[in-house]
Amino acid sequence: MVVAERKPIEEILAMVADFKKVLLVGCKGCVTVCCAGGTKEVGILGSALRIARKKQGNPLEVVEHTLERQCDPEYVDQLAPMLAGNGFDAVLSMACSVGPQFIAKKYTIPVYPMLNTTFIGGALEHGVWAEFCQSCGNCIIHNFGGLCPIARCSKSLMNGPCGGSANKKCEVSPEIDCIWHLIYDRMVELGQLEKLRPVFPIKDWSTSRDGGPRKIVREDLKL
Amino acid sequence: MKAGSNLEKVFTQGHFAVTGELGPPRGASVEVIEKKAGYLRGVVDSINVTDNQTSVVRMSSVAVCKLLVDMGLEPNLQMVCRDRNRIAMQSDLLGAYALGIRNVLCLSGDHNRFGDHPQSKNVFDVDSMQLISIVKKLRDEGKMLSGQELEGVPKFFIGAAANPFGDPFEFRVTRLAKKIDAGADFIQTQCIYNMEKFRKYMHIAHEEGLTEKCYIMAGITPLKSVGMARYMANFVPGLDVPDYYINRLKGVDKKKQADEGIKIAVEQIQEVREIPGVKGIHLMAIEWEHKVPEILQAAGLLPRPSVN
Repeated sequence: MVVAERKPIEEILAMVADFKKVLLVGCKGCVTVCCAGGTKEVGILGSALRIARKKQGNPLEVVEHTLERQCDPEYVDQLAPMLAGNGFDAVLSMACSVGPQFIAKKYTIPVYPMLNTTFIGGALEHGVWAEFCQSCGNCIIHNFGGLCPIARCSKSLMNGPCGGSANKKCEVSPEIDCIWHLIYDRMVELGQLEKLRPVFPIKDWSTSRDGGPRKIVREDLKL
Repeated sequence: MKAGSNLEKVFTQGHFAVTGELGPPRGASVEVIEKKAGYLRGVVDSINVTDNQTSVVRMSSVAVCKLLVDMGLEPNLQMVCRDRNRIAMQSDLLGAYALGIRNVLCLSGDHNRFGDHPQSKNVFDVDSMQLISIVKKLRDEGKMLSGQELEGVPKFFIGAAANPFGDPFEFRVTRLAKKIDAGADFIQTQCIYNMEKFRKYMHIAHEEGLTEKCYIMAGITPLKSVGMARYMANFVPGLDVPDYYINRLKGVDKKKQADEGIKIAVEQIQEVREIPGVKGIHLMAIEWEHKVPEILQAAGLLPRPSVN
């Protein structure tokens, strides 16, 4: 899933400093799962903003609403009646960065992101998420025991650990596992170590963001 | 002969090779380079010029190599994968060759998070192994990665680094073998302090016939003080400094630690010379270039051979 985290409250307060009434919109997709922008987090942020502004003697009216998803026009369309003539100064989106862009595309009103969209990843344990994919557009992880060196090696190395790998940790931080050490261990476990012996060829990044913004067209699904 | 550099000739004529290292200045001063180069003149076969080492911005390694060429010295251009994509790499390699640079050392590069611009975007379009293969393709096929025929082929003597002390140890000789397959002609290792582990590494490499396929140079970095030894032991990832050396430096008067460090380096040089498959040393006297002649003299490695 897309993993995100909420921006610091100070940054958000600065964003909304000039507003009197905002629509705070959550998303029931990925950001609900990673506890960053679902109904619950909308409630928490809404209250925090109201309290902070009340303390400043400059109250802010925050209307809360959570959509099924913000990355689909059919759900974003549902905001139309709320935004029609209700005097909102801005929309605050608690979706990943796709949400605010979909809202901005549809409505002529300033839209602000409440989250920092961080990575494609998964939960390691309750309250801990890590990056697993860099969406390079051409998956090669089967060559590495199912582990991704592109996203999970700090240098995206494709041919083994750099000289900075020590005690299974990355030279960048002891908090980061050396994915190449994990790949090595996994290949030993699978009895496939010899697969790491050939020089892995230079990667074609044209399927990645380096080829320009990407789009998928599925003719079989188009209406 | 693949490139005809001085370093290659020293190896092919059967001499024990010695390379030094010059870290470019954090500024545009040519004087700093002239001064450091002066200490290395005549005492090493080739001078590595580091490429923004530890991700700290320094004068371009290509530019410094060219200055060395102009001084009549042979440089070994270090190139890292952190700051250049394949377009810039090939372009710089062609330019470097045109400027008279004949050796190139292909490296992954320290991560930019360590340096003075941790906010920077890194590249890592290719890894060090793949960079080696690019230099080889340019040289042996006369073609760019794209397949484009070159107008003028850069004949580089290709180097790579190896760290026998990184983890997992069992994979380190495999990494070496891969680098040789990719096209490395010579290898310079990370600084060696744990001699026992290095012997083990070289033994495996020798058994696998790798020492016949490339010239392996043992990395030596003299310890200037017990403080430096402790720093290397505790803060440089992938370095292995046994307590023996720390205790030895601690055991002598502070004023004599530098001399003791030189003594240790000379002993290490003598030890690595005894190891089958070691064809030279790479002396990395970090900000201590002026001690290089003294160390090499004491190690019996002077004068350097004159080759044609």
